[in-house]
Amino acid sequence: MRLEGTPSQTVGPYLSIGLPWDDGPFVVPEGTEGAVWIRGGVYDGAGNPVPDAMIETWQADPNGGFDHPDDPRGKPGEPFRGFGRCPTDAEGQYRILTVLPGAVPDATGAPQARHIDVSVFARGLLNRVVTRIYFEDQDNAGDAVLASVPEERRDTLLAKKDGAGYRFDVRLQGEGETVFFAV
Amino acid sequence: MATPTERRLPQYRPDPDGTHPPLDYAPYRSTALRHPKQPLVLLPQMLTEVTGPLLGPGRLGEFDNDLTRQHAGEPQGQRIIVTGRLLDGDGRPIRDSLVEIWQANAGGRYRHTGDRWPSPLDPNFDGLGRTLTDSDGRYEFTTIKPGAYPWKNHDNAWRPAHIHFSVFGSAFTQRLVTQMYFPDDPLFSQDPIFNSIPDEKARQRMISRFDLDRTEEEWALAFQFDIVVRGREQSVFEDEEEDE
Repeated sequence: MRLEGTPSQTVGPYLSIGLPWDDGPFVVPEGTEGAVWIRGGVYDGAGNPVPDAMIETWQADPNGGFDHPDDPRGKPGEPFRGFGRCPTDAEGQYRILTVLPGAVPDATGAPQARHIDVSVFARGLLNRVVTRIYFEDQDNAGDAVLASVPEERRDTLLAKKDGAGYRFDVRLQGEGETVFFAV
Repeated sequence: MATPTERRLPQYRPDPDGTHPPLDYAPYRSTALRHPKQPLVLLPQMLTEVTGPLLGPGRLGEFDNDLTRQHAGEPQGQRIIVTGRLLDGDGRPIRDSLVEIWQANAGGRYRHTGDRWPSPLDPNFDGLGRTLTDSDGRYEFTTIKPGAYPWKNHDNAWRPAHIHFSVFGSAFTQRLVTQMYFPDDPLFSQDPIFNSIPDEKARQRMISRFDLDRTEEEWALAFQFDIVVRGREQSVFEDEEEDE
């Protein structure tokens, strides 16, 4: 049986009624060993912060595993939500507390660089846009996805060290536009 | 070297052209500064993309699926029951999966500081709901039919009545936020968000169906709305011996 898909629509300006959770930004609880804050802003084509956006993150656990039936390598040791969600505030800023994901193999079995998949939702976005967070202080050489991105734009995918954590800004348009993926 | 397990990862086929709106859609003015201008880069579907969060019952409160019972008093407006199934494009039910909704009240006003148009707030209606699909992918909400509201996108612009839906499916590739509309809304023709969907038939799939069988006598009308997320690609690596 083939069914036709339901179209995407914008989350509109009032997503903060229904979508945020108190524990949304906490992929791991505070105090978890190795936990780091990833903070950043979402900006539009005029460089203005987007106060009605939402970031969602999805990632492997520190061993590179997913607590999911389609991970053929078996379940990781500890339950791990792997998912983070944070609306942007009045200044267009979000924050996610997580631990660095472990290495996840690509289709050939080769390890990918540590990465987090990101969905960005906002008023004015009729469909989510998808990007990836990599980390500037990790070994990103040999990652096939990064290598497929034009070299001069790869920097937009790198979270920068910022104090004890990282900064990852999302630019929807214009100078320094973030690389977005079709998945 | 490829391992057999890696080769059995599911792959999710794209929806046909016209199913989803373009990110750049001038009639919806807010897309102007928010649509990426650079081409999207193809992201192969690997483990991170074919898995996704499994968000279970821990997320739900007692009245999260009945928006009419979240306060001591009853909200104003027409009570409705909204039911449907969450399915993938191959007709597989997606079970035990979180469905989130948010909406305006009967007067078309959201309980949000940014919504200032002069329609009254309802002290007994917050407009947010959550539930989990059952083993057959079914969900059900009791709520109030939302009103239309103005939004200044163009002259005398009004959004058709709608309920926002958020679903996860079972993979990152299936994540979907959409809006459910109501049959025969006179505002469809002037709404750029509804009309951003290029394919006319796809647009119609956002309109719920009046469901007489699910109405409750002297209590509530009912609407039915199935949500379909991406189906699986027939894998070229399918192990035929295993299928037999």
